[in-house]
Amino acid sequence: MRRQVFTIARFTLLEAVRTRLPLLAVTVFGLLWACSFFIHQIAITESTRLQSSFFASGARLAAVFMLALYITSSVVREFNEKGLELLLALDLPRSSYLLGKLAGFIVVAAALALVAVLPLVPAVPLDVAAIWAISLTLELAVICAASLFCIVTFSHILPAVLLVASFYLLARTVTAMRLMAESSVLGELSGARPALNFGVEALSYVIPALDQFSATQWIAARAVAPEVLAPLVLQSAIYVALLLAATLVDFYRREL
Amino acid sequence: MIHSVQRPWRFVPGSVIALLVIALALQLGLAVNAPRPLARASDLDPPPSGPVLRMIEAFDPLPAAHLVTLYLQAFDNQPGISIPFRELNYDRVRAWLLTALKLDPAGQYPLLMASQLYAQVPDPARQRFMLEFVFDQFGADPERRWRWMAHAAIMAKHRLRDLPMAFRFARAIAQKSTHAPAWARQMHIFLLEDQGEFEAARILLGGLLASGTVTDRHERVLLLERLERLKNAENSSEPTKR
Repeated sequence: MRRQVFTIARFTLLEAVRTRLPLLAVTVFGLLWACSFFIHQIAITESTRLQSSFFASGARLAAVFMLALYITSSVVREFNEKGLELLLALDLPRSSYLLGKLAGFIVVAAALALVAVLPLVPAVPLDVAAIWAISLTLELAVICAASLFCIVTFSHILPAVLLVASFYLLARTVTAMRLMAESSVLGELSGARPALNFGVEALSYVIPALDQFSATQWIAARAVAPEVLAPLVLQSAIYVALLLAATLVDFYRREL
Repeated sequence: MIHSVQRPWRFVPGSVIALLVIALALQLGLAVNAPRPLARASDLDPPPSGPVLRMIEAFDPLPAAHLVTLYLQAFDNQPGISIPFRELNYDRVRAWLLTALKLDPAGQYPLLMASQLYAQVPDPARQRFMLEFVFDQFGADPERRWRWMAHAAIMAKHRLRDLPMAFRFARAIAQKSTHAPAWARQMHIFLLEDQGEFEAARILLGGLLASGTVTDRHERVLLLERLERLKNAENSSEPTKR
């Protein structure tokens, strides 16, 4: 099984290379870097801080959406070209197929994070850049699993990408939503306050707080404690496993 | 394309179900044991300035002015925390209001915020600071900004109990806002009266009536009655300062 997973992961990676994803990534990050130079030129103070912060936040967002679009379109193409049926006609468990795909996509995510961090290396200390890149890889791993889950469930690019985008937005804002729900600013909301509090609290249990990942403040402050990584590794490992299990359940129940 | 037909649950291996249950339990355990997020108020940063501001001006200043204004207005409400206005850095608030006015000089929103929001804090120093800001900006467009100046004059009189300040504001309306309503342009006369400057008030009121700018019959009657009262008050009081 391990060999099959490895083979599928290798071919997923090969597909990413041959569909010119690296070229697209370099172009997008290059454009963002050029824009950040523009910010650097017009800033009257803290030019480098502004430039690296702008690039870090832009690259993070670009990597997430590039990856989500790539994964959904890649899996849909495989569905449409009947490659999946051909593969599953072989002696290949469905779990190996999905595990292989996920592993391949996570390697693509790591490569994207590596390309994204390169322009930051001259601007921030190496350890900060490394922690930011690892954190971005972990965040992108969650996005890989979420994209795979959505595309296997919905089979169409548009609903899958919309769901991934909504999930990402929710995960980035869930902490702020919790804080807002706890504050007295909202008032009693005609008695709906307990229901709102419960809803937001329940949401925070099942949605990972992605605002803790790859914070731009680390880049702006040029400092971050390596200890921040441990909870992020744990959270992403658990969440990737959860999404993978959910995808597997759906995939095993599919009639091809 | 995958068909939407689903196979029975028995096709899902037990290990997959077990993984789902364990991962869900771990996720819930992690969320329950995670420290609760703490609300932290962030400081108001300086507004866009220099080349950034020039670029915004050249691009589309009106939406930018509205965004600047709304950002400032909402700044006191941050996730999970509400910052009292008196704890804001008023120099920064002034800079944001100035930026909004620079981007949209015809907009009234920044001066409304200055006079009706930020000048309402229970801190006389901050109240004065904002009222002076309104006064400083009034001169740039007195025909449109007189209402905020009038509000500032009323605040100076009733909240700060600073009649000279109120008079300064009211006089500025009388001198610069030719299209302001009569009550606003006459305010400085009644403020002089409040200060005990009966003679000066009488002279100004007499001059106003003689100028012919007050044409409404009822208003003239009211002002003449007021003039009489001023004369009586002047006769029964000490000589006023000139």
